[in-house]
Parts: sequence; structure tokens; C-alpha cells
Amino acid sequence: MKMVRSEKLIYEYEKRDEEGNVIGMNRAVDGVDIDIAQGDFVAILGHNGSGKSTLAKHMNAILVPTGGTMWVDGRDTKDPMELWNVRQSAGMVFQNPDNQIIGTVVEEDVGFGPENLGVPTDEIWKRVEDSLKAVGMLEYRNNSPNKLSGGQKQRVAIAGVIAMEPKCIVLDEPTAMLDPNGRKEVIRTVQELRRKKKVTVILITHYMEEVIDADQAYVMDSGHVVMHGTPREIFSRVDELKKYRLDVPQVTMLAETLRKKGLKIPSGILRTEELVEALCQSN
Amino acid sequence: MSIKLEHINYVYSPGTAYEKQALKEISLEIQQGEFVGIIGHTGSGKSTLIQHFNGLIKATSGALYYDGKNIYDEGYNMKELRNQVGLVFQYPEHQLFEVDVLSDVCFGPKNQGLSKEECEERAKEALGLVGLPEKYYHQSPFELSGGQKRRAAIAGVLAMRPGVLVLDEPTAGLDPKGRDDILDQIEYLHKNTNMTVILVSHSMEDIARYVSRIIVMNQGEKMFDGKPKEVFAHYRELEEVGLAAPQVTYIMHALKAKGMDVLTDATTVEEAAEEIMRSFHD
Amino acid sequence: MIRDITIGQYYPAKSVIHRLDPRVKIVCTLLFLISLFIQKSILGYLVATIFLGAVIYMSRVPLKFILKGLKPVIVLLLITVLFNLFLTRGGAELVNFWIFHITEKGLETSVYTGIRLIYLIMGSSIMTFTTTPNSLTDGIEKLLHPLNKIKVPVHEVAMMMSIALRFIPILLEETDKIMKAQIARGADLDSGNMIQKAKAMIPILVPLFVSAFRRANDLAMAMEARCYHGGEGRTKMKPLVYRGRDRAAYALTVLYMILIFVVGRYVPFHIWIF
Repeated sequence: MKMVRSEKLIYEYEKRDEEGNVIGMNRAVDGVDIDIAQGDFVAILGHNGSGKSTLAKHMNAILVPTGGTMWVDGRDTKDPMELWNVRQSAGMVFQNPDNQIIGTVVEEDVGFGPENLGVPTDEIWKRVEDSLKAVGMLEYRNNSPNKLSGGQKQRVAIAGVIAMEPKCIVLDEPTAMLDPNGRKEVIRTVQELRRKKKVTVILITHYMEEVIDADQAYVMDSGHVVMHGTPREIFSRVDELKKYRLDVPQVTMLAETLRKKGLKIPSGILRTEELVEALCQSN
Repeated sequence: MSIKLEHINYVYSPGTAYEKQALKEISLEIQQGEFVGIIGHTGSGKSTLIQHFNGLIKATSGALYYDGKNIYDEGYNMKELRNQVGLVFQYPEHQLFEVDVLSDVCFGPKNQGLSKEECEERAKEALGLVGLPEKYYHQSPFELSGGQKRRAAIAGVLAMRPGVLVLDEPTAGLDPKGRDDILDQIEYLHKNTNMTVILVSHSMEDIARYVSRIIVMNQGEKMFDGKPKEVFAHYRELEEVGLAAPQVTYIMHALKAKGMDVLTDATTVEEAAEEIMRSFHD
Repeated sequence: MIRDITIGQYYPAKSVIHRLDPRVKIVCTLLFLISLFIQKSILGYLVATIFLGAVIYMSRVPLKFILKGLKPVIVLLLITVLFNLFLTRGGAELVNFWIFHITEKGLETSVYTGIRLIYLIMGSSIMTFTTTPNSLTDGIEKLLHPLNKIKVPVHEVAMMMSIALRFIPILLEETDKIMKAQIARGADLDSGNMIQKAKAMIPILVPLFVSAFRRANDLAMAMEARCYHGGEGRTKMKPLVYRGRDRAAYALTVLYMILIFVVGRYVPFHIWIF
């Protein structure tokens, strides 16, 4: 079963000069084909301005393609009749924790989505409680979001999406504004959700260490998909990644440096243990 | 021209329910030309600390000497201190406001009372230092990309020609290349101008790569103060307070535990590679 | 400094007052405010004090916290009281010194005005302290619902209010940060005449507006992503239903109003305390 699929997806917008006259077209996404199966954990990588966020916004029909097609759970996102179904099946978490929390109390915010869907009151309460429990924020249900840490706010935002019972969660750089602890907290939450609720997870990021557990990864540059494969395949092409303004975790970089110096180490090392193992064997 | 703190204490909203001692008995000295990193988890007091350096926050007790003079003495020229100690806040691009990049960078020098020509001269020099090409000078700062905005904003502080540059997480939200570019530029600045640079960062990897001294803050107290190798040797204690050492330090420790004959004090990829190669060749 | 403002903040606690239906709190607060103006006697104020005191006690919001809310308006309060004290004429003259004339009537009016204003602020802050902005707007939405028939977009207005309330603390913090950043760049916000001061605000206001627009844009997107499409077909997580305690609260407030009315009418107009 395909959760998210796109074919030759193009998104163009008008470029304007200072007076507001159209002086040309900009292609933020240019002919992208992606194919994401139900239940997968997929990472979309790319530097700022590579088109990865624009692509992500298509998965929730915040943007609709100007060319090509995007299907979410089998529904064409261009079809206005399917708009609310698309948004319900692919929930979205954004970058800035402050700018996506609507409620002034944690539980009210989590209830916002179900309220919009017209879910009956008793059911909303159940969903809110389940979702907050799933992200480990139940004890904060009566708190003001303003008093939470960045990582906690993002977990509340995730709960808000879970409460809508989507099949797929799209996280658009959810950790870009967090400190390392907040980042770990959010990634751990997402992984647990995946295990428990079997939802499809699409993570847009430029932090490479967050994607080593992904089933597959896409790398974007100037609107195109330029690399696609498992994290291991992608991380073994360090020089190419650098060309696309990306980076690899220190352990991958160290393995690569040692390989270039002549040690026999397999390429695409992702974890400390793997490198230690490889070094002990070649010693 | 050193910055010297003696027993600095700072209490937030004293006498209310929110009262909190943000800094406790901080004493330290930073010499002209040093490249210092400050680390600590969110709420450890590091942002409060750096705002003391240019007098934006006044200590509840203690003394702060800039160039030998106590800035809390009566009649001390705070404006001059702020000219000398440039502070770049987190997401500094959120403070851009002028119609074009050049006039925005001129804001600081203009406040220093310089003539229009001098302002522009300094602005251009600062924009050159952060590597922002001339074609952007007359564009609206709001039209630049994220990384370029950040550079323009840092130039806005550099144009005041400070002797000390304090940066609060200058790479937050940038992509890996943007991060390296900014940090390389800061390193270049430090090498070529003898400016003191104080860098606050969450990334241990970045800190280890650039600075020569690390100050670790925890719950308002100074926990460690030393060379990166010395500080990261305490990686267990750092973990206890929500921090960590660079990933390579852990790799070296893991190798050592497996019986390899390596020193564990590497903090950068280059150092680690060298050390591993050495152990292989011995 | 900006952090000191407590008016409009929610104080989380578990009390009867917190649990009351927001409509009850809005209506009763309005009645209480009216009660302050329809009578003018020591006994009446005594009744009002007991009523207010009982509500504050039941709300479990510390009195200190409520009194702190008076701080920002203290200047306004003093001016009003002093104006009344010196400018109201009538009754025996108590003080006559140089240009200052204080009359019995002036003293009385100023004391009453002072008490009125203080109670007015305390009364309404009790409402905001015990009601989350969201349920407050829910209450207003439901109370004003009949206006929907004459094409007043009640739901939209209520939603806008609740969003505004949520973003006030965030924007205040942001203002603080931008001010500090511009001061660090040598901005001088304190000296100069009115025009210079106004001009000095530009480096703060422009980034603040830019940020507010950016946030508004982000939030609109986040709301749409969560299927927000106006009030139509929307259910409520916390629908407003009157319960026993709400009816009791109405009854008590009505009783209080009757008492105030009776006291105002049948007890001699002024029992002089001085």
C-alpha cells in the first residue's frame, strides 16, 4: 500500500521585482518522484532552500502542485473534494514550536484537531488523553504551553496531530530550533510512536544523525531528488553529500577519513559500535 | 583589555514567586584575543552570563571589570562599553529593520555618532568581513536567504568595531554548510583582527573544532573552565548535567575499552584519525 | 519589567471558581461591576467587600497575586482619587490650605471612587485568573451566539481573541529581546524629545511587526493543516453546560444584587465614618 506518492511533481511560483511585476517563474520543486510505503520511516534531507519543505507542504495539501500529481493515501491532493481527507490522513508538524500551538492550555491544543473534524466530545477527551500519553506529556495537560521547553512544545504539537488519527505524520524540520536534548526528545518520541501506532513517518531535516534509523532517505537539491536509498547507501557517499551542503555524523566522517588513509573499513558506517567493531577486526 | 568577573550573582525577579538565582558566584577572566566557548543546557545561565559582559543585565552583587575598570562604578560610560563588547543575539536576523542591508549595518556606527561617510566605510568593511557580496548591499534585508540575513546581522555588530565579539548560538537553524561557513568566517575574524571571541553553542562538535577554552555552565554556576581536551575528559559529569562530549571522544573511549592502545583525549575528527592511525602503525 | 503585568493571566488552581462555567463568571462579573455603581454607602461597600472576599477566598488565588495586578494602574488610580479629592465641592470644608481645599463631599467621593476602581480591577482580574482565555472566549462566543442571526461572525471574533491572548506573552518576550539587541547596537531609547523617542522606536517596531506577520502566517498554516475551516461542523472538547454549581453561583449573585439594592435604597445614604 502506498501512503504518499508523487509523479513529476512541479511547484512553481512567480518571481516579482520591487514594483510587484512578474519577472519570471521560480521552480521550488522540479519533477520529483517519490514513493513512500505505508508504515515506513522516510527521511527527506536537503539544505535550506533545497525545496524539501515545499515538497513536504504538498503532502498536506497546504500547497498543490502546479505540475504533476501528488497522491496521499490514494487521494489526489489537487481534488478540492478530498482536501479535508488528505489533511486528516497526513498530519503535519512544523518547525517553530511557538507558531503551531493554538490552545492556551496543553489539552485544549491537542483537542483542536479533533474539534475541527467534528469528533464527539467524549471521543475527543479519549483521544486527547491517549495522544498525550503517547508522547509522554500527560502530566502537563493543564499547563500553559508558554511554560514548556522547546522539546516539550514539539511533543504537544505531535500529540495534536496524533489526536486526529492520521495514517502518516509529516514532520517539517521539527528539531531545527531545539537544543540537542530537545532534539533527542522529539526523535525518541517519533520513533516510539512509529513502533506503537504503526504510523508512516516522513521526517524532513538537515540533521543527519536523526535519520540513521530511517528505512529510506531522499536527498534534495535545487528542487530535484538527487540521491535516494537507505541511509547506509547515502552516507557512504560523503563527498557527494558535502556537495549538496550536507554533512555526515562524526563517526561516518571518521570512518571515511580512516578509509582514505588506507585502513580497511566498510563504507557507510552509521554508529559508534560499527566503527569500533570494524577497527577491532582490522587491528 | 580583559573582561574580569568577580563573584557575580544575579537574581531574577527578586521578592516574587518567580524568584530565581540565575548566576551564582561567577568569577572568571577572559584575556584579549582569546577564543572562548560557553556551553550549558537551556536554562543553565549562559545567556544571562553573556548579557552581563556588555552591561545589558546588571549583577545583583559582584564586580565586572572591563579593561581594569569596574563597570558598576558610578559614572561608568555604559555606551562606550557596548561599543567595545559587541553582542550578537540568537537569531540576530530578527532584529533587521532598515530598507536596505547597508543602512541596517550602519545603525550601530550611526548610534556611535559617526559621520555618514564613516558609517558606510565601516559598514562595508564589516560586510566584507562576514563575506556578504556587494551586490546585496542595496537589497532589502528581508529578501536575503537565511544564511545571508544572519551574516548581515552579524555585520551590524561588527561595524561598531568591538574589541570583544560575543555570539549566542550563531548557527541555530542553519544547514550544515551554512553553519560551517559562519563558523569559518568567525575563526577568520579571530585570527586576523585579534578580536576576543566568545561563542555560545549547543554543538560540542563545533565548540571542540574552533575554541581554545571552554567554560561550562550548570544551574547558574561555573562547572568547568579549561582547554577542550581537559573539559571533555569529564564527559561523564557533563552527561549528568544534560551535556555531552563530541561523538569522537566516545569513539576513542570505546576503542580503549576494547583494548586498543589509543589516547582518549581526541575531540575532533582529525585528531581522532591521527591517533587511530598512530596506534595502527606502532 | 514587562513580565510584571499580571492582568489577563491565568492562575492555575483547582477551585470551585475555576470550575464554574465561563458564562457564569462573565455575567456575574458584569453584575458585580454594576453593583459597585448603583450604591454609595458604607454598608453597601461592606456587602461588596464580603462578596468579593468570599469569591477570592474560594478561588484559591493568593491575594498578593491579585493585588500585584493593581500595580500597573496605580498611577491612574492615584490621579483619579486626587482629582476627586481636590475638585469635588460640597459639605463642610475639612482642609483649607493655600490652593488646596478638601471638603467632606470630596473626601467621600474620592474614597468611594478609589474603592470602586480597586474592586473593579480585582473583580475582573478574579475572572481572568480563574478562567483560561480559551474558555473565556468560549463563554463570550456562546453568550453572543444570538448575534449570529444578524450576521455577526461571533465564532471568528472569539477565535481571534483567543489567539491574540495566546500570543501576548510571546510577543512581549520578543519585544524585550529586540529592545536588548538594539540597545546592544547602541540604540538610545530613553533620551530626547517626543519625536526623537518615537523615531527611536522604529528599530523595535519594524522587527516586531515582521515577526508578528511571520507568526500569523505560520499559525494560519498550522491551523489549516489541522483541518480548521471555521465554526461550521465543529464540535467542542469542552462544551458549555450549566451544572448545579453554576446555578448556585447565579442564585448567590442575584441574592447579592438584591442585597446591594436594598442596602442602597433603605439604609441612610451616608453613615459617616470619620
